[in-house]
Amino acid sequence: MTINPKLQPTLTGYLRSDGRKGIRNLVVVAYLVECAHHVAREITLSFRHQNVHLIGFPGCYPNGYADKVMRQLVTHPNVGAVLLISLGCESFNKQGLETLVDATGRPVHTLTIQQTGGTKSTIAQGVEWVQHAQEAIASTQRVAMQIEELVVATVCGGSDGTSGITANPAVGRAFDALVEQGAACIFEETGELVGCEFHMKRRAATPELGEEIVACIEKAAKYYTVLGHGSFAPGNADGGLTTQEEKSLGAYAKSGGSPIQGILKPGDLAPTGGLYLLDVVSDGEVRFGFPNISDNAEIVELISCGAHMTLFTTGRGSVVGSAISPVIKICANPQTYASLSEDMDVNAGRILDGEATLEEVGQEIAQLIVRVAQGEPSKSEEMGHQEFILTYKNFTPIGPACLPIRQSIPVQTI
Amino acid sequence: MNSSNPLPDGLEIDRRLLLLSPEDNCLIACRHLVAGTIVTVDGKSITLAQEIALGHKVARRRLKQGEIVMRYGAHIGSTLRAVGAGEHLHLHNLKSDYIPTYTLTEGERFAE
Repeated sequence: MTINPKLQPTLTGYLRSDGRKGIRNLVVVAYLVECAHHVAREITLSFRHQNVHLIGFPGCYPNGYADKVMRQLVTHPNVGAVLLISLGCESFNKQGLETLVDATGRPVHTLTIQQTGGTKSTIAQGVEWVQHAQEAIASTQRVAMQIEELVVATVCGGSDGTSGITANPAVGRAFDALVEQGAACIFEETGELVGCEFHMKRRAATPELGEEIVACIEKAAKYYTVLGHGSFAPGNADGGLTTQEEKSLGAYAKSGGSPIQGILKPGDLAPTGGLYLLDVVSDGEVRFGFPNISDNAEIVELISCGAHMTLFTTGRGSVVGSAISPVIKICANPQTYASLSEDMDVNAGRILDGEATLEEVGQEIAQLIVRVAQGEPSKSEEMGHQEFILTYKNFTPIGPACLPIRQSIPVQTI
Repeated sequence: MNSSNPLPDGLEIDRRLLLLSPEDNCLIACRHLVAGTIVTVDGKSITLAQEIALGHKVARRRLKQGEIVMRYGAHIGSTLRAVGAGEHLHLHNLKSDYIPTYTLTEGERFAE
């Protein structure tokens, strides 16, 4: 399957100093501890539906993972300017973050509440700065962008017995089409791939990568076993899924049939086009609780790997979007689509009714990816969904066998 | 998907039930099926004893206790007890071989 050639040459992106291109040009307001959350939110509320997004990290204690993810988010190609809101006594390395953003040429500013006169005056100064930043980034250079420069991620949430037979394999078809054209595609939730490790091993670009994939899934299975709970919610069972491995096989269908080029960890950028697996489970002993407390934590990690947009498949009916990168909602279940159509971008449940084939829905998704890259808002984006979660984790850097091909994109030293 | 699923030996499976892979021993309901619905499985008529919701599974044939259940041609767990052909295949008679499944309806304990 290939993407309609008529749609191919018409992408334009916002050119960033590292060579990457954004499909949006947002101002991001980031709180660096929960104590600064209210002030940051109030600033963004003055700019509803004006491309000003709220992100942040709630913890007062330092964390290398959170720092790495945040550094990638504030320099994500969809981000044009950054306002940091600090209380003043938290541990987050705000100077490092500001220096990093400043070096990319983006407008950046830090407001420290303890030094700016409190809540009201910080909000007032923040609103004023965002207005200036919006004017400054309005002239960001837009340049031609190819499909191969896109990074597209996928996640599933609220899965049921239909997810694995309609929406997930349809996303797999769209992924195959994108990979064929040189784009980077990322799938994830290693805890939801338990039982699929030996299938994936056979698809690895090198035997060494195959071993790393098996080890990665074993780590996830062990982690979830210690926690005493799989990546499986009661709604999954209501929807007809019985076991973790059954859910996993359905989730795995999102990856399509392309060879797996590498394993990424949160904040790692894909070095080339192709299909990548994101390892989301902490390394080492079990710490900080569940790997991802809900779907948006996974979406944030995918965005930290450079994803321009996320394909979100759902059977039970999730309505979330995300800060920074648009979320496209693909509904697996025709009954759910009927009751939540205002939130769903694609009705993959038509496959069960015999009204469309997997290939047709895959093509529809691929065309929608191109339109969203051209600026068309997804439904969740249009309705202002900007969910965001970033918590504590612990990762060691990926080993050499995880990325057999390292080239092209100048990866930031972080 | 508008017609029955033809099998190599010519035995038919009802179009309301989806066979994802030839070696599977479970079928997926493509729509809500009420109790008493008569379906065709491998050429034989079976009356469904229970209501089967969209996306839920039924046994394709009689399964023994401890038998591996196959979907997509892959293992999805094993049976906790003998299961009759056309019977609802779910938490009460199918368990994970990896991690136990938690549900609210089981009174906040693991359904195993």
